[in-house]
Amino acid sequence: MQHTISVIVENDFGVLSRVATLFSGRGFNIESLSVAPTNEEGLSRMTIVTRGDAQILEQINKQLNKLIDVLKVLDFSDGSGIERELALIKVSAEDDARAEILRVVDIFRAKIIDVTPKSYTIEATGNPLKIDAILELLRPLGLKEVVRTGSVAIGRGAKGWNG
Amino acid sequence: MKMNGARIMLECLKKEGVDTVFGYPGGTVINLYDELFSFKDIHHILPRHEQAGTHAADGYARATGRVGVAIATSGPGATNTVTGIATAYMDSIPMVIITGQVPTALIGNDAFQEVDIIGITRPCTKHSFLIRDVKDIALTMKKAFYIARSGRPGPVLVDFPKDVQMAQGEFHYPETVDIRGYKPNLSGHPRQVEKAVAMILSSQRPVMYVGGGAVLGDAAEPLTLLARKLSLPVTTTLMGLGSFPESDELSLGMLGMHGAYCANMAMTNSDLIIAVGARFDDRVTGKLSTFAPHAKIIHIDVDPTSIKKNVRVDLPIVGDVKDVLTKMIMQADKSTENLTEFTAALAPWHSDIAGWKEKHPLGYKQSSTVIKPQFVIQKLRELSDDDAIISTDVGQHQMWTAQFFKFNKPRTLLTSGGLGTMGYGLPAAMGAQAAFPNRQVITICGDGGVQMNIQEMATLVQNKLPVKIVILNNNFLGMVRQWQELFFDKRYSSTCMELPIDYIKLADAYGAKGFLATKPGDVESVITQGFKEKGPVIMEFKIAREEKVLPMVPAGASLNEMVLNA
Ligand SMILES: Cc1ncc(C[n+]2csc(CCOP(=O)(O)OP(=O)(O)O)c2C)c(N)n1
Ligand SMILES: [Mg+2]
Repeated sequence: MQHTISVIVENDFGVLSRVATLFSGRGFNIESLSVAPTNEEGLSRMTIVTRGDAQILEQINKQLNKLIDVLKVLDFSDGSGIERELALIKVSAEDDARAEILRVVDIFRAKIIDVTPKSYTIEATGNPLKIDAILELLRPLGLKEVVRTGSVAIGRGAKGWNG
Repeated sequence: MKMNGARIMLECLKKEGVDTVFGYPGGTVINLYDELFSFKDIHHILPRHEQAGTHAADGYARATGRVGVAIATSGPGATNTVTGIATAYMDSIPMVIITGQVPTALIGNDAFQEVDIIGITRPCTKHSFLIRDVKDIALTMKKAFYIARSGRPGPVLVDFPKDVQMAQGEFHYPETVDIRGYKPNLSGHPRQVEKAVAMILSSQRPVMYVGGGAVLGDAAEPLTLLARKLSLPVTTTLMGLGSFPESDELSLGMLGMHGAYCANMAMTNSDLIIAVGARFDDRVTGKLSTFAPHAKIIHIDVDPTSIKKNVRVDLPIVGDVKDVLTKMIMQADKSTENLTEFTAALAPWHSDIAGWKEKHPLGYKQSSTVIKPQFVIQKLRELSDDDAIISTDVGQHQMWTAQFFKFNKPRTLLTSGGLGTMGYGLPAAMGAQAAFPNRQVITICGDGGVQMNIQEMATLVQNKLPVKIVILNNNFLGMVRQWQELFFDKRYSSTCMELPIDYIKLADAYGAKGFLATKPGDVESVITQGFKEKGPVIMEFKIAREEKVLPMVPAGASLNEMVLNA
């Protein structure tokens, strides 16, 4: 089963490789990973999408918590979070396909951010399933390049991660 | 007062109460060594190999309970410490390793003797730091020592570039340290403690399964008290030996692959296992699917990741084992009348255990012509001091020591359990002897492993560290040979050492004394003579070459499927 966890970390030297080493060393897998600084000085937030049963997830949580640079592990597996991902998609766009691509972009409320006579570059955001769906529709039209940020997630409701 | 970074580092060590460090100089620590030259408060011991220096710091830490400190230069010096660091990490030993590093401006340029030692050791350190600025030294060291010794202890590496050692700065050592991402949970939850005692009082076949955490957490006292109060049988892992006196009637000795029959039978038939600072390692559980099939499990550990890692747990208690056991005693005291009833009801269980003890006690066939290794171990116990510190290397001799020495006090056995590092025994003993110049320190080694750090003979002689080195010489890599005998049709591929070594001459070459025993009648006199010597000594025992460590649970078999005599 797929799980999305957010990890609040000191943005110290080496923290990313500590997390990466933990996952590779213990045979946990990473489906996606994103990292960036937060609004709080000195803290970064990682969002990791991983796979495994409940016992593996428990170990991942505990092992992450054990890292000195990790302040908090937030587990959104129970649907308590909102997830978003951004994708940049380059598609070949010639003749009839151009109109079809524009229709898809419109339906998904995506944007065209670069145009040439032979291609469109599209920016799409949404939950990862939505990104999968737009890619599925664009694939037969000629995908040339896809960049996905990986998920980021935030808890629902009024509270921030530390209250 | 301004001073250079190297001096600041030494002042930090002094503030941490470090009296002895094990280190080896080189280009990127030459500034640190220059300061050491005139720094009177720290005793520096020069091993002959950085691996040995790290094991010595580890032995010092295991014997004292304090943080061991090792120093190495960058590059090859640093990589030589890796085995020592991994050994300490696997057994949760508090250490700080200071490595020199090339100047910060050169880091990443493949400079001379540059390695990314933080990267190399990341999977085998509790944490690591690179000091980039002279003003960060004090806080970094405060954190390093705090992390190394608190919670589940472990080695912390501090990479210390040369230019930072040379830079001038002020020294202010912080009184306290607060690391927002690191708050080990030490206090056992009272509700869980209450439940644990209730579970014990409603069990019929309880057994305490005690690991290295009880030794590291200095919990021998409450452990012994609780076990005696509730009449609980106690078995320990290799790492737990010494936490509960083996002379006690409640002791079942060691469990697991080479454990006592009664210990493994007690685990298999138990209805309640109280795990204390142990981690259900595969050498202990045997085949997981048949491990303790009837037992509920209470698991007490300071490290939450140890709990439910390998086995299901019915009642987890996260906390310092000493704290939790002390609380359990207080809780048990609240129900005194139940206690008498409970302990009386354990009679059938105790008689089952007595039956197993009697049926297959640990033993061996004595011989009048060849020296049996088990006999040497028994004689060593008999003739050594009560508080003697024993280190072992890794192999058959290690298991014989665990089985036959009978450890009664914590921190008297130093052995590499988790990593199983050959070459550990001699330097670890050296570290323990440096900490306790007046106690008897004995290392029990095989003829294979002793050669992996034999160069430390020089360090012993030079520093007047009178370690007694016992070599159980079977002229084999015995433990591997045993597996080849049992599971590979006696195809002794590369396990016969072939070339015999004259250890007496070897001792002599280093300026130490050597004694040799070749027949059972020599054993006692060699030990007595060896112990009498004021300096370091090698005592070599030519033992029965193909003696096996028994009983044995073959890898992957269930605990109760022990091979008793093969
Ligand atoms: C550094 C290292 N290399 C290899 C091994 C594998 N190993 C485990 S026990 C053993 C044999 C040790 O032989 P010896 O030191 O003579 O002890 P004995 O078993 O004969 O008592 C070996 C090779 C190890 N544990 N550590
Ligand atoms: Mg041998």
